[in-house]
Amino acid sequence: MYNFEFKQPKTISDAVNALVSDEAQALGGGQTLIPTMKQRLANPSTLVSLTAISEMKGICKNDDGSISIGGGTTHADVASHSDTFFGLKTLAEKIGDAAVRNRGTIGGSLANNDPAACYPAAALSLGATIVTNSREISADVFFQGMFDTALEEGEIIVSVKFPVPSSSSYQKFVQPASRFAMVGVFLSNFGNETRVAVTGASEGGVFRWSEAEAALNKTFSDNSIKDLSIDHKDMIKDIHASKEYRAHLVKVMTKRAVVSAS
Amino acid sequence: MPKDSGIGAATRRREDARFLLGSGLYSDDISFLNQTYAVFVRSEVANGIIKTVDTSKAEKMPGVVTVFTGEDFVDVGGNPAGWLINSRNGEPMKEPKRPVLAHGKVRHVGDAYAAVIAETEQQARDAAEKINADIEELPAVIDMASALCGSNFVHNEIGTNQCYDWGWIEDNREATDNAIKNAHHVTTLELVNNRLVPNAMEPRCSIADYHSANDGYTLYTTSQNPHLTRLLISAFVLGIPENKLTVVSPDVGGGFGSKIYHYGEEALVLAAAKRIKRPVRWTATRSESFMTDAHGRDHVTKIELALDKDNNFLAFRTETMANVGAYLSNFSTVTPTILHGTLMAGNYAVPNVYVNVKTVFTNTAPVDAYRGAGRPEATYSLERVIDKAATELGLDPTNLRRQNFIKSDQFPYVTAAGLNYDVGDYDAVMDRLEHNADLKGFAKRRKKSEAKGKLRGLGINSYIEACGIAPSNLIGTLGARVGLYDAATIRVNATGNISVMVGAHSHGQGHETAFPQIVADLLGVDPRNVEIVHGDTSKIPFGMGTYGSRSLAVCGSAIVKGVEKIISKGKKIAAHMMETTHDKVDFDEGVFSVRGTNKTVSFGDVALKAYIPHDFPIEDIEPGLEETAFYDPQNFTYPAGAYACEVEVDPDTGQVTIESFTAADDFGNIINPMIVEGQVHGGLAQGIGQALLEGCVYDGDGQLISASYMDYTMPRAADLPSFIVDHTVRTPSTDNPLGVKGCGEAGAIGSPPTVVNAVVDALRSADHDITHIDMPLTPERVWAAMNN
Repeated sequence: MYNFEFKQPKTISDAVNALVSDEAQALGGGQTLIPTMKQRLANPSTLVSLTAISEMKGICKNDDGSISIGGGTTHADVASHSDTFFGLKTLAEKIGDAAVRNRGTIGGSLANNDPAACYPAAALSLGATIVTNSREISADVFFQGMFDTALEEGEIIVSVKFPVPSSSSYQKFVQPASRFAMVGVFLSNFGNETRVAVTGASEGGVFRWSEAEAALNKTFSDNSIKDLSIDHKDMIKDIHASKEYRAHLVKVMTKRAVVSAS
Repeated sequence: MPKDSGIGAATRRREDARFLLGSGLYSDDISFLNQTYAVFVRSEVANGIIKTVDTSKAEKMPGVVTVFTGEDFVDVGGNPAGWLINSRNGEPMKEPKRPVLAHGKVRHVGDAYAAVIAETEQQARDAAEKINADIEELPAVIDMASALCGSNFVHNEIGTNQCYDWGWIEDNREATDNAIKNAHHVTTLELVNNRLVPNAMEPRCSIADYHSANDGYTLYTTSQNPHLTRLLISAFVLGIPENKLTVVSPDVGGGFGSKIYHYGEEALVLAAAKRIKRPVRWTATRSESFMTDAHGRDHVTKIELALDKDNNFLAFRTETMANVGAYLSNFSTVTPTILHGTLMAGNYAVPNVYVNVKTVFTNTAPVDAYRGAGRPEATYSLERVIDKAATELGLDPTNLRRQNFIKSDQFPYVTAAGLNYDVGDYDAVMDRLEHNADLKGFAKRRKKSEAKGKLRGLGINSYIEACGIAPSNLIGTLGARVGLYDAATIRVNATGNISVMVGAHSHGQGHETAFPQIVADLLGVDPRNVEIVHGDTSKIPFGMGTYGSRSLAVCGSAIVKGVEKIISKGKKIAAHMMETTHDKVDFDEGVFSVRGTNKTVSFGDVALKAYIPHDFPIEDIEPGLEETAFYDPQNFTYPAGAYACEVEVDPDTGQVTIESFTAADDFGNIINPMIVEGQVHGGLAQGIGQALLEGCVYDGDGQLISASYMDYTMPRAADLPSFIVDHTVRTPSTDNPLGVKGCGEAGAIGSPPTVVNAVVDALRSADHDITHIDMPLTPERVWAAMNN
């Protein structure tokens, strides 16, 4: 690790000010950034920790029935909070291990947009709204490819607003070493609409499987997708799985999500 | 009957208190005033010519004390191979020099070519980044088959990538070929024994302290055998006289073989400490452990099994390419040969065995002995091809093995691979397995799994291994450049308690508990009055350390011999005290008595008298009560066992889960059954890790792809079932006084083929025409096998 300056503002506006400098980097739970810095692969001159900002923590129900989760809320808090719902809760409780869940935050995960992270699948599937210090961004436009988001330099995810579906399920097939999603499918059933988001599989990061959504919108049953297949050409290939295997898993995990959410 | 203490008691491990409470003393815990930090500069390419290494900028960085490059070690020796293997044509193996720091060429990713010594670790790292090396990258030699026929050499000076082409036993070759040619049935299988990264929990660490006053050194290092490390440094690498070098290996957090060997970092910190007259320390990062700890396995094998019309085994024949990496690590040449080929008869009365091993240099980290060391590779090949033969011939795999077992009345039995198995009862072990694993109930369990949509498979295996690696006179004829005895000093203190200095090293084996059980039992004293001292060459006799499941069989026997000497001398002192002659004195349960009388003196009184010899007949009896014994066995020991594994395979994803794992082992006599079971559990976890999870992957350019826990899958508790283990079949070794055999590696040797046999069985139950899948059996590989 190289030397760096450490700041821990107590308010969002102080954090935004601290991040004005080019060399400053926001630090959420540090579950990606800190290991990267330890390897000397990242070298921010200033780290601005968001962990002391109380207005960015916690989970609440909104008047319209949606729930808002502060950007600095840990996975452990999401997994254990009574206002969260099945799909989101099971997603949060399967991220990493207990140490990761006690430090890692939803805002950090979404801002990093790792192609194998779990939260992007939930946000995209549920049609979440990412609330930053300056604006609201729809999940449909937030994720712009592997490690790429609509966030501007210095923009902070203050909270995430999730519509509550009538049923939901997250089915994760883990990469055996890292336990990230080799393929993760988040299915949200809003009664009149089903949304299926896939993480871990694609070179382009999280995406919606529109053919499956269309089929499920006609009839919500795992039978509806049994004849579908997804093109493997844009899938990730690594030492753990081929493109073809990942494409196959997308279908298997989607079927399991349908059964689980039925 | 279970006992409360002494031999056979399941005494809790006394060392665990300090390990669990974080109060162990590991090398990295040792700290010196005025110490400095070494950081190594390592190659990022697999193969390259070092044109220049410019250290000028680094030397000017804050806190830098000195900088080393390969140039500084040109005139010192290389790190040698401990075993000479000759090729079939009689030529000795190729032994390219392994320097302290690479010079002229880098040969694998992670090969160190410079080192910076600075006041702090951060300063050393900062300066290391300023070393400017001009390294011309060359194409990497990675694939073994191409390495053998290509003209791109890892070591140009030897003009080949083949270290040797070994045949075992060369005189058996023609008979084996004929047996296969004329056989009723021949089963052939090609397989890969996957390369593994050892992943000891504690990374390697070396700290050198130089003493100007006497030109002496102390090296604190993570070693499984401090005396061997000292010998290698003294006699081969740096030439520091042995009497000027103390090597201390305090608590060591796991080795699995990887800490047997002497590494360049140890020599570097010693040389640096002398140059700057200050202590120099280095602790590996986890990335360095992945790149530079000696890896394990990495064989590509073709095995053939010939059978007659009655399904009797006629011959095993193998052709193996064994990867040795870029340099010869200390035991890298013996592991794929003597420790592998000699076991290729397995548990079977097979008349013909021929093993051919070509060991190949590649631009990868050195490969050496890793838990099991050659025997897992032998067992895997044998037990996979036997299962395949059973499939081809429509036979029950358990019965096929039983039919060909060496029978209990055939021992001692000299196998076609040249070993003399002293004792065993393979059918009895298989009986225990069949009972404990409820093999008869498998069909029912398979139905249940099928009802859940899962494929269930059963895998069976039998294994034998050779432990207590020895004897020196035999291994000398086989090319060993060291002896393989061990040693113990029994020091009875004046107040009657006992310090035992042993040559074996404990880094997870529980010696501090098990060895006192032996001493206490033989002397009739409380085990709590016996303390084990190990890991410090200034305190212990010259022993060969711990590996190859040898500590109890070899060092434990030295302890027995030492205790016998103590009793013998104690009898002389007791005779003097009781005014008789020593031949009339008996010793039992801590009491010396004069035969036929009621005269007695206690062990404690004799000890006290030994150190306060006011009225000793000094011409007959020396003061003190301390004895040293060296023990060199006459043969290996031969633990053997039978394992069963049941798996479920998810046909949608290829995911394998282990539903049960049952192990029945014959370890001969047992000192501490709890420690034995712990060793078996650990071995099984590692073997299951190899079968399902672990795979070290280099790409074609020699980059290590599985270089962190993000990509190298370690077995976790949740991946493993609750093991059923059994060690009630005990045929005591006839070769050592304890009748023990060794249990440290059995689990890792017997489990991989058991798991793979089970998965293949599961897939075949769903009519997939599959006879083999290479390890690790990741979900993708299993799915791909099901879907061609």
